[in-house]
Amino acid sequence: MFSEWKFTIREIAEKPDLFMSGHRACAGCGPATVIRLVLKAVRGPTIVTCATGCMEVVSTIYPYTAWATPWIHTAFENVAANASGIEAAIKVLKRKGRIKQHIDVIAFAGDGGTYDIGIQALSGAVERGHDFLYVLYDNEAYMNTGIQRSGGTPHGAATTTSPAGTVIPGKPQYKKPIADIMVAHDIPYVATASPYYWKDLITKARKGLEVEGPAFLHVIAPCPRGWRYDTSKSIEISRLAVETCIFPLWESINGEYQLSAPSKTIALKPERKKPVEEYLKTQGRFRHLFTPKFKGVIEEIQRITDKRWQRLLKKCGIN
Amino acid sequence: MKTEKKGWKEIPIAGVCWKPSTEYLTGDWKTYKPVRDPEKCKLCLLCVIFCPDGAIHWKPEENDLEFDYNFCKGCGICANECPFKAIEMKL
Ligand code: SF4
Ligand code: SF4
Repeated sequence: MFSEWKFTIREIAEKPDLFMSGHRACAGCGPATVIRLVLKAVRGPTIVTCATGCMEVVSTIYPYTAWATPWIHTAFENVAANASGIEAAIKVLKRKGRIKQHIDVIAFAGDGGTYDIGIQALSGAVERGHDFLYVLYDNEAYMNTGIQRSGGTPHGAATTTSPAGTVIPGKPQYKKPIADIMVAHDIPYVATASPYYWKDLITKARKGLEVEGPAFLHVIAPCPRGWRYDTSKSIEISRLAVETCIFPLWESINGEYQLSAPSKTIALKPERKKPVEEYLKTQGRFRHLFTPKFKGVIEEIQRITDKRWQRLLKKCGIN
Repeated sequence: MKTEKKGWKEIPIAGVCWKPSTEYLTGDWKTYKPVRDPEKCKLCLLCVIFCPDGAIHWKPEENDLEFDYNFCKGCGICANECPFKAIEMKL
């Protein structure tokens, strides 16, 4: 099913950037690193389509484009529909003999364009079985419009539409388990990734391209502006998310879950699992949780993190 | 001053972006700039991987790195992630 593609850090560093310098993402942007790395996994001609969102806004300010691939912008809600159309068009052109080579299709969307606005197009596209890779760069709120909460925002995070104040401790609801929802669509490949584990991320992006049919890659993508931390910490925070099991790394191949190496180590040596506090305290969006008023919220986040981690271990056949 | 506005005939169909972003320099966004100590650097290339702006170039023919200050926004990720503390952010 998958090729035995092996690569060294030098080979990756030598591959030209298909997401080019001169884009206007904020300094320290996590999603920018994620997209650069995902595009290091391409194996030939590739068409990219982007939902409205941070990475679309910062990459194509007229007349400049940061994409060294053919690229199509689409509305917030329909990047998966767009990818379906591109894939169908390629199929027809192949059938008519107009093109011979294989062309990969990648759709990028943020959490707003995936969890909320884009989910029906995504659900439909994977149900129809289109052969494309969907990459969700999850910065956990609508960032480019000013930090509004989304279905991907975690419990307790302050955003401009879920502000921490006298009434609520940041977002009252919980993060939607979007990757599990995609597994439930019974598609061949679903995985989670973090840019700190760059090798794992690039390998998974390549697997998503190689697999026949739809693939979904959920990548945690820290945002210094929206999460309120120093611009130098994006990659470090993407590591802590994994080490605390807030964002475990796994893949599901034809519905069979398996933990990826960084999370598997934690499963086998539970003493390495860090308390969620170590992740939360790095970010201003959780600052209020360290005041006496909202003390219980950290315990609640730990509880929900442990519950989801245990559920994942069970699915991976580890207990 | 009167600025020349372009008519619709001079704009590409659908307003397609046609200039590569590499012609737009983002280097003047920075306050601090990363300075590498070649003595400490082990050329592990992690900084090249993590830079959100692709502003650190690996030069295999010279077996060395080059920081591209035309694009570096001074975020400090490279300095934070370097396992050998070879990069310092300087004003
Ligand atoms: S991360 Fe540090 S040691 Fe590695 S190549 Fe960059 S400067 Fe050199
Ligand atoms: S400071 Fe940030 S933008 Fe500049 S080279 Fe380092 S990682 Fe890249």
